[in-house]
Amino acid sequence: MSIKDPAIDKVIDKNVVLRTENMTMQFGGVVAVDNLHLTIREHQIVALIGPNGAGKTTAFNMITGVYTPSSGKIFLRGEDITGMSPDKITRKGCARTFQNIRLFKDLTVFENIIIAKHFSMKSNVFSATLRLPSAIREEKRMREESEQLLERMGLADAKNDIASSLPYGKQRHLEIARALATNPSLLLLDEPAAGMNPQETEDLTASIMQIRKDFDLTVFLIEHHMDLVMEISDRIYVLDFGQTIGKGSPDEIQNNQRVVEAYLGVDDDAEN
Amino acid sequence: MNNKKKRNIICTAVLAVIVLILINFANDNLDAYIVRILNLCAIYTIIGLSMNLINGFTGLFSLGQAGFMAIGAYSVAVFNLPLDMRSSVFYMVPMNPIIANIHLDFVPALLLGGVLAGLAAFLIGAPVLRLRGDYLAIATLGFSEIIRILLTNWQSVTNGALGINKIPDNANNMWWSFGVAIIVIILIALLIKSSYGRAFKAIREDDIAAEAMGINLFKHKVMSFVIGGFFAGIGGGLYASLLGTVDPKQFYFTLTYNFLLIIVLGGMGSISGTIIASFIVTGGLELLRYFDEPLTVAGYELTMFRAGFSMVIYSVLLMVIVLFFRNGIMGRTELSWDRFFNFFAKIKTRFSPKAAKEDGTK
Repeated sequence: MSIKDPAIDKVIDKNVVLRTENMTMQFGGVVAVDNLHLTIREHQIVALIGPNGAGKTTAFNMITGVYTPSSGKIFLRGEDITGMSPDKITRKGCARTFQNIRLFKDLTVFENIIIAKHFSMKSNVFSATLRLPSAIREEKRMREESEQLLERMGLADAKNDIASSLPYGKQRHLEIARALATNPSLLLLDEPAAGMNPQETEDLTASIMQIRKDFDLTVFLIEHHMDLVMEISDRIYVLDFGQTIGKGSPDEIQNNQRVVEAYLGVDDDAEN
Repeated sequence: MNNKKKRNIICTAVLAVIVLILINFANDNLDAYIVRILNLCAIYTIIGLSMNLINGFTGLFSLGQAGFMAIGAYSVAVFNLPLDMRSSVFYMVPMNPIIANIHLDFVPALLLGGVLAGLAAFLIGAPVLRLRGDYLAIATLGFSEIIRILLTNWQSVTNGALGINKIPDNANNMWWSFGVAIIVIILIALLIKSSYGRAFKAIREDDIAAEAMGINLFKHKVMSFVIGGFFAGIGGGLYASLLGTVDPKQFYFTLTYNFLLIIVLGGMGSISGTIIASFIVTGGLELLRYFDEPLTVAGYELTMFRAGFSMVIYSVLLMVIVLFFRNGIMGRTELSWDRFFNFFAKIKTRFSPKAAKEDGTK
């Protein structure tokens, strides 16, 4: 099998959706994220955990282009996306939600979804304004896709409601739906279960699994609810003060001494 | 559902006919002074809409409208000015020979004004739209002043501080000003309801989320800014034609505040609000002129009533609106036939005895 090596390399490379190399973010003298190496493979659910201020959201912000890493590289399906603008990264198939919900508050649920389809529009502003046939066709396609997505996400009834009038859980749900509307292959969820009660968290867990299956997604999430993380993750990364203090399967993480210390070893954290 | 749609289309058609008849009637029968104010209302609607597109719909705080207007006004003034009148207008410094013999009809001159204003918007927008919030306001304010100073000093083209008069007064005919205003209203409404309009609103609501949804912020901000500049230029061209004369002093940055008042009063992000407010503000500014004239009550002259008092009242009104009616007349909503009929249906149920009885038992 002389062709074995390059062939397998290619297969592995194709399998890797997101890879970071030495990803580091420095704010002045503070190293928020230090030399983070991530490897996320196709169809995995990977969690990033760690105490408050560990640098999880900073890592997300670097991957999605909000921050440019001080050093290191980020690859999305083998392509170097380091320092690319957030909109470009989204167009390459990496969508995200936010820790503190960022919906288009005064717009309807339907508008929130269809806005996420705007970048797929090829017609320019003139043909869109003058309603030329090509623009009408695209508008119709965007509407149909949005309706379908709302139906699928169980938000069809709330279609014409103003986003900020939805109950909290539904707003989280809508934000995930909006991210899905960009047709991503990699979905980044920043604390999707924040502020949810146990029942809602359980529903969310089921729904993330379902979404991964339905939309053929790879999911990378930040979460504090350990039940959720342990239940759905294929792989977990643990950050503490910007350092990667553990990585592996849920079982490995639960038995990792350093991780247990970071979470339980300090009194303040135990109270949380 | 279908019936409602049919009803709305019929109502719109009837309203359109009524508006056209009214314009026709007003044009022929009303006093020239009133017609002039009505034309000014229509022109202020155009510029108010252009500013609302930038400030209300895209959420960019820009104060450059007077600058864009000036560019549009001067291109109509310079290129629409009849050739045989040019030497008498440019009597201090002769007109630059390159443009001295170029004469454009009203419509091409108007469009040229729009395009030049759009171009200026692009040139100022490209570097400045990377800034956020207050910085943009300061930069656009500066831009507006640069334009005015340029107009004052570029004597061979703009005739400097003397200004240009004898501009053909096409816009004094209501068909011109109202015709263009109606076209602009329709175009902006279509734009806002398109996917691009939704993208603008997304940027206004939350630019970080909009960017995370794949919307290129810079491109869309520039787009909104250039389109707004274009329509402000068109409005400025009509303004020059209506007044028949332009000079740099008309385009002080304070002119922009008229449009700021219009969009705040009408509602940031409401087309119908801007239209209503344009008529209220323009009419109101005319009425306020009475406060600038001396007033004698029972043989006693009120000392307050003197030149400038109207601006005091104007400023107080602006403050009252900002303090107490921040959402303006329409907020971010639009007038629609559905709303109109729902409103009457509500009144009907309120005053019908049956509904009153039900209320009583509750």
